[in-house]
Amino acid sequence: MQHGKYRFVVGFLALPLGLYALFVVWPFVQSIYYSFTDWTGLSPEFKMVGLDNYRRMLDDDIFWKSLQHSLMFALVLPVVTIGLALFFAFMINVGGRGRKGGPVVSGVRGSSFYKIVYFFPQVLSIAIVSLLFAFAYNPDSGAINSFLRGIGLDGVQPLWLGDPDLALWCVMAVLVWSTVGFFVVLFSAGMASIPADLYEAALLDGAGRAATFFRVTLPLLWDTVQSGWVYMGILALGAESFAVVQIMTTGPGGPDYSTTVMVLYVYQKAFRDGQAAYATTIGVALLVVTLAFAAVVMRLGRRERLEY
Amino acid sequence: MKTTETPAPLPAESGSGIPVTKVDLPTGKRPKGREKEGNVLNVFSHGILVIWAVMVVLPLLWAVMTSFKDDGSIFGSPWSLPDKLHFDNWSRAWTQANMSDYFLNTVLVVGGSLVGTLVLGSMAAYVLARFDFPGNRFIYYLFVGGMSFPIMLALVPLFYVVNNMGLLNSIHGLILVYIAYSLPFTVFFLTAFFRTLPTSVAEAAFVDGASHSRTFFQIMVPMAKPGLISVGIFNFLGQWNQYMLPTVLNTDPDKHVLTQGLVQLAVSQGYKGDWSGLFAGLVMAMLPVLAAYVVFQRQVVQGLTAGALK
Repeated sequence: MQHGKYRFVVGFLALPLGLYALFVVWPFVQSIYYSFTDWTGLSPEFKMVGLDNYRRMLDDDIFWKSLQHSLMFALVLPVVTIGLALFFAFMINVGGRGRKGGPVVSGVRGSSFYKIVYFFPQVLSIAIVSLLFAFAYNPDSGAINSFLRGIGLDGVQPLWLGDPDLALWCVMAVLVWSTVGFFVVLFSAGMASIPADLYEAALLDGAGRAATFFRVTLPLLWDTVQSGWVYMGILALGAESFAVVQIMTTGPGGPDYSTTVMVLYVYQKAFRDGQAAYATTIGVALLVVTLAFAAVVMRLGRRERLEY
Repeated sequence: MKTTETPAPLPAESGSGIPVTKVDLPTGKRPKGREKEGNVLNVFSHGILVIWAVMVVLPLLWAVMTSFKDDGSIFGSPWSLPDKLHFDNWSRAWTQANMSDYFLNTVLVVGGSLVGTLVLGSMAAYVLARFDFPGNRFIYYLFVGGMSFPIMLALVPLFYVVNNMGLLNSIHGLILVYIAYSLPFTVFFLTAFFRTLPTSVAEAAFVDGASHSRTFFQIMVPMAKPGLISVGIFNFLGQWNQYMLPTVLNTDPDKHVLTQGLVQLAVSQGYKGDWSGLFAGLVMAMLPVLAAYVVFQRQVVQGLTAGALK
């Protein structure tokens, strides 16, 4: 297998690696460099300004707001989404009990139907989902408020996306709606690989549903939950939150910057305000937050690996 | 591991030591109180499952229904059924609102980048999985590291890289960028996959005089088909639904892809007021992926979850 090996390796790697280096790695390196300049992005001229951008960032109220919102996205969203998904997956795979003649451990009736339906939002573009919910949230003629009117709750007509206190929660609810299905399926696959006799043993020992979940299912599923957690956090800090916030809330990010997240702020500084260097500075902060998040989750989640 | 495989035998000293075999617990022998509690729980948890299913399906059905209504009743009574089926919404969206162009652009961009991603990704992954050379690990982690970095950080300089190459607002420029950003996951997934394939077949082909590249294209690629399908579906959905990259790199309205075209349309509808046409466009963009999902349900789920489970 040695003949012409290096020529082959180089030949096969050149194109993918070149493309990746040019469009992904090089821009990343550049953006860290640009964060120390006063580049506007509009003209090719710029000069080094040292840490000026970073100092400015620390004094920028909107930056702190966006950081706060991004942290909410990274902490609250995974908790709610993964919590819901674990519950659904457990019901679907293990929750059905006591059916005569059937296997001891099985899902509730119609579990395969649930798995298919719950996954629907995952295949839709987050942009399309955001548009759809922007209509539904419309305070005057949207589906949600007119539903509330329809069931007699005329007094309850929130402004939803127009209310600074509600807007961020509305946006997060859409992300929960669209991602729970993915985790249900992911956890279902994990649960299916847990040997049935473990459940049978738990059942014989008299464990109820809750005990079975916390003593058997969750520990054995921990690795999957943890990688799902990191995955969700990265999504919530990055591309997904950009689409929902940019599409659903108008202008600067909701009323009074109430939904501005870091990705949106980077985008606006770079492509709307012509402050490319400052945008990359916020981008570096976003990178730090993302890496710190992943590191913390991996560290806190470290447990003894269970073999089965 | 599947449950159908013989489960690993439990060590006898674990638990109470009672040999655990497949026992169907007769329901009648359960204490009465337990059963009652079980039933209440059943109703409760079934209820939640049903409610979530409704919450998922209702917005989608609502969108389909709305796409057949006229503008007046969309705002007047959002929940009422359409008075008659306004198919003209659909034809108006397809022709006048440029949905047909967005559709074509999306098909071109996704088609090109999907093929490119699979070819380049599998080449890189094969080399990284099967050949020892200095820097192998470094290049692997360079690729895989891209999965966890926020794309937004790179987008500002990327805009100027693409601009300087004269590739801004072009279909092929978008294809190249899509491929580059799809490589991290593709290489990660396929490297693991190529490692699981038996080496003996490739070695036999090589002894028979096939070159490295011939071995790859004629032996390894066909063997890797299941992996390629999984990662292909993953990339198809990701690229079809991509929004951030085209928003930044593709500002020419004629070159818009579906997602940005629709968002653009929604923004400009504020002035034109053709909401029914917009809903028709929305549903039009939703239906192909939903249909593909229902038909290829198993593969889609495998493709999307395989990576995360590894």
